[in-house]
Amino acid sequence: MSGIALIDYGAGNLTSVRKGFAAAGADLYSPAAPIDLARARGIVVPGVGHFSATSVLGVPWRLAIQQQVQSGIPLLGICLGMQWLFEGSEEAPDVPGLGLVAGRCRRINAVRPLKVPHVGWNALSRSGPSELLHDVDDGAHVYFTHAYAAPVTEECTAATTHGERFAAVVETGRVFGVQFHPEKSSDAGLCILRNFVRVVQS
Amino acid sequence: MLARRIIACLDVRDGRVVKGVNFGGLRSAGDPSELARRYNADGIDEVVILDVTATLEGRGTLTETVRAVSKELFIPLTVGGGIRSESDAATVIEAGADKVSVNSAALADPALVTRLARRYGSQAVIVAVDAKEVAGGWTVFARSGQASTSRDAVEWAREAEARGAGEILLTSIDRDGTRSGFDCALTAAVSAAVSIPVIASGGAGTFEHFLQVFNEGLADAALAASVFHFSEHPVAELKQYLAERGIPTRIARNQL
Repeated sequence: MSGIALIDYGAGNLTSVRKGFAAAGADLYSPAAPIDLARARGIVVPGVGHFSATSVLGVPWRLAIQQQVQSGIPLLGICLGMQWLFEGSEEAPDVPGLGLVAGRCRRINAVRPLKVPHVGWNALSRSGPSELLHDVDDGAHVYFTHAYAAPVTEECTAATTHGERFAAVVETGRVFGVQFHPEKSSDAGLCILRNFVRVVQS
Repeated sequence: MLARRIIACLDVRDGRVVKGVNFGGLRSAGDPSELARRYNADGIDEVVILDVTATLEGRGTLTETVRAVSKELFIPLTVGGGIRSESDAATVIEAGADKVSVNSAALADPALVTRLARRYGSQAVIVAVDAKEVAGGWTVFARSGQASTSRDAVEWAREAEARGAGEILLTSIDRDGTRSGFDCALTAAVSAAVSIPVIASGGAGTFEHFLQVFNEGLADAALAASVFHFSEHPVAELKQYLAERGIPTRIARNQL
């Protein structure tokens, strides 16, 4: 299918995200301006790096995304894009998140021999029903690379532990977020992308 | 729990894998895409393509190789060997690499690490450190281990981290190709000195060597090339071996 918007705000290379979605049966388009979101049937906010990178997504983008979410368009935040769904992050306290999920992101509290950033494959511990994790096994490994993480709240449908438990997947209504990189998480990751595409189609 | 990673390295010259290609049943033993596919099906956690091409014409082939390998590979893919500039990095990243590994170019111009990290994020930047034991310490060598530098390996790894590297790929020149085991002392010294992951490389010959480098070498990941042609399912067997000995690994669903 087509019609899923991939917001390219310069935070990292998006080749792998595009390829992952292509394998999941969806071609993504990158809106040049907020107005181009009007035709979106789904929205993906990717991103790597520092939380301050999201400040590029100013008021016009925020309004356009919020408006689409309110009208029921599914939204998926990946990695930094998921953190942006929260109210903000300790990493850049002055940069507001979208605030669709309550809570703020904090640096992962882990001590040696564990390292921060948390890089590599770690297990998902599922809790409660999940549209995004349909057909994904409890305990499935997915690929993470991040130093900050979101708290485990009632929107959390899978948590991961690295020194402490943090939210690996959040879902509220048709808003979804994954802290890991589904496009780099082999079969489990592709299954998650297909699930999102199916939500968009439904 | 975070799994220790097992990484397969494909040494590629002019579009063909030049070592470690004795996988049973391969139709075309030197085809990087087919080999990557096999490793992936066997549960490898990441793939590194190391370009050992000497010629300029061959470097054009590298882009094609990266494109072909990344097409069906949904696990992290790193490309290294001859990345000299931001433009070299851009070429392979646009072709589908998730990370680039820089070595000699970073030694010659350490600020390159920072520029790459700003542009692509630290998670996309690996600094490869080739080290050799010299007078009780480890000295960094450039240009495929041919040129000694005045840098200490532990210090250089620290500097690379400070400049924005996301991971260190640490190769022991003394052990590389010997199959006598990883240099655990070197790996532990570097791993303890940085908070970014350290990928141990050089010397893998047996499953026990991997166990040692995770336990004694404090490695976050271990990389090898030719060791993976032990059997039909070398990666799955290695992970099983490690898991039975208390090392957390990713067991893929489609394995064995």
